[in-house]
Amino acid sequence: MYEKGRYLISGDKGLVIEFGNEISEAVNKKVRNLYLAVKKSQTAGIFEMIPTYRSLLIQYNPIEIEIDRLKEKLMEIEEALDSIDIPKPRILEIPTIYGDEFGEDLDFVAEHNGISKKEVINIHSSVDYLIYMLGFTPGFPYLGGMSEKIAAPRLKTPRTKIPAGSVGIAGKQTGIYPIESPGGWQLIGRTPLKLYDPKSETPIILQAGDYIRFKPIDRYEYEDINVLVDKNRYEIKIVME
Amino acid sequence: MKDMIIVNPGLHTTVQDKGRWGYQEFGMPVTGAMDDYSIRLANILVGNHEYDAVLETTLMGPEIAFNIDAVIAITGANMMPRVNGHIVPMWRSLLIYKGDVLSFSFSKEGTRSCIAIAGGFDIPTVMGSRSTFVRGGIGGFEGRILKKGDELSVRESNAVLQQIANRIIPQKYIPDYKESCRIRTVLGPQDDCFTEESIDKFFGSEYHVTNEADRMGYRLEGPALEHKNGADIISDGINLGSIQIPGHGMPIVMMADRQTTGGYTKIATVISTDIPLMAQLKPGNKVRFERIDLQEAHRLLREYEDKISAIKSYVSSNQLEPGKSKYFSVKVGGTSYEVMVEELK
Repeated sequence: MYEKGRYLISGDKGLVIEFGNEISEAVNKKVRNLYLAVKKSQTAGIFEMIPTYRSLLIQYNPIEIEIDRLKEKLMEIEEALDSIDIPKPRILEIPTIYGDEFGEDLDFVAEHNGISKKEVINIHSSVDYLIYMLGFTPGFPYLGGMSEKIAAPRLKTPRTKIPAGSVGIAGKQTGIYPIESPGGWQLIGRTPLKLYDPKSETPIILQAGDYIRFKPIDRYEYEDINVLVDKNRYEIKIVME
Repeated sequence: MKDMIIVNPGLHTTVQDKGRWGYQEFGMPVTGAMDDYSIRLANILVGNHEYDAVLETTLMGPEIAFNIDAVIAITGANMMPRVNGHIVPMWRSLLIYKGDVLSFSFSKEGTRSCIAIAGGFDIPTVMGSRSTFVRGGIGGFEGRILKKGDELSVRESNAVLQQIANRIIPQKYIPDYKESCRIRTVLGPQDDCFTEESIDKFFGSEYHVTNEADRMGYRLEGPALEHKNGADIISDGINLGSIQIPGHGMPIVMMADRQTTGGYTKIATVISTDIPLMAQLKPGNKVRFERIDLQEAHRLLREYEDKISAIKSYVSSNQLEPGKSKYFSVKVGGTSYEVMVEELK
């Protein structure tokens, strides 16, 4: 981690504040904290921010705020980061049904690692995964923290169609497909939640800096939640600790 | 029957407005009109909000039958627009009558035109925007490019159509799209990943636009650039106009439908005011990048906004005398030309 943020120019409407050159929870936490603090500051002229692994891209309108003033302001906020009150990250519970037609590659992942399917499920659902950032497709979370005990190579031939909500493993990474798409991840389960719903008031549930926890559910729970999700009446559970 | 019927969709025609801002942190591409200047001027001409939704056409425009009286304006690339077979001027508000048919040819200059209609298109917003995000299948008209037989509705304009027709953009404000152009950039954010020689090469060479040039990005070809320590970085945010240099050393300029994050080094960023020029380039066109400092880019942006304000006030107070235009057929060196002359009010 750098001692201080590096300020990089990303065009005439973009400023990047970079906190390190590594993927680490500590660096990502800095990104999240700055993002929240800038948001709270309601600085005029800043119209959007993109938090990523180790930096925050701030998009601003230079006609509303001069670059020198903006930098000054951001440095002030950065300086005070440790002393301001920043809400703890949320832990979002993702109900997930593992195996069978919902996770066709669960057998492979178990065999590949020489453990039982049950163990794969236990390991996968026992960790809270940090959402480093969202990208690639709307709502796709880049997660960190998966145990190497359930790592598995990508499929040799990617599937042409993977249903939305599929939970998969690729190498040492785990992830969820927010929309139906082609892909080469080993599928181990599926969540009935809609991670991306453009018609909803909250089109994308996940947020960079939050954590997710997979909760194993059975077929009946899956169906029940599915019905609620369809009626727009399912409320995602936030784990309190 | 709806207000407008797409008789022929053209090559790639979509509904676009300012774009779907506010959701990039969730991985949602912004989309929106590629050419900021053309969308704003088209809307100003027909008395709309500057960023009301327009039809953005690519290289070959559509054929549209009107089932209502309307005022439209066409800006951007010159695809020789015609109404009922007669060439009509661009950069001007045109009165259209029920039964008229608007058509286009292949673009002579530029790549993208905007077609605005007084009142705007009656299309629902998705996540705050009417822009079509084709890969995501949302926004615009059913989340896709227009096809034959599509029917569009128009919101009623508050203005008296005759009063907003025949408004013009002064000649000096009409861009000239050339085969080769100079695109200004500011260095960064990853210029330190490149050797000094590569940076000099980038600004000293000519690149040409390849066939892989669409709303997402423009792949260019020319002298390859070298990285100090490889082309990959830990993924970070991508901005409009970011110029990525992947391992092969050829630039990719990120445009309206760009993804929000990416793991390639970005040597420089096209300045906002030159994005409209970039958007009008087509495969085979030549580009030279120029480096300016941030202060200069900001000065140019203020100048650009002042220019648009000046155009806006000109447009609202200048109108051509209706019915005073005359058409002539002129033969020069064996080729026939259709010429229109008119007098200012």
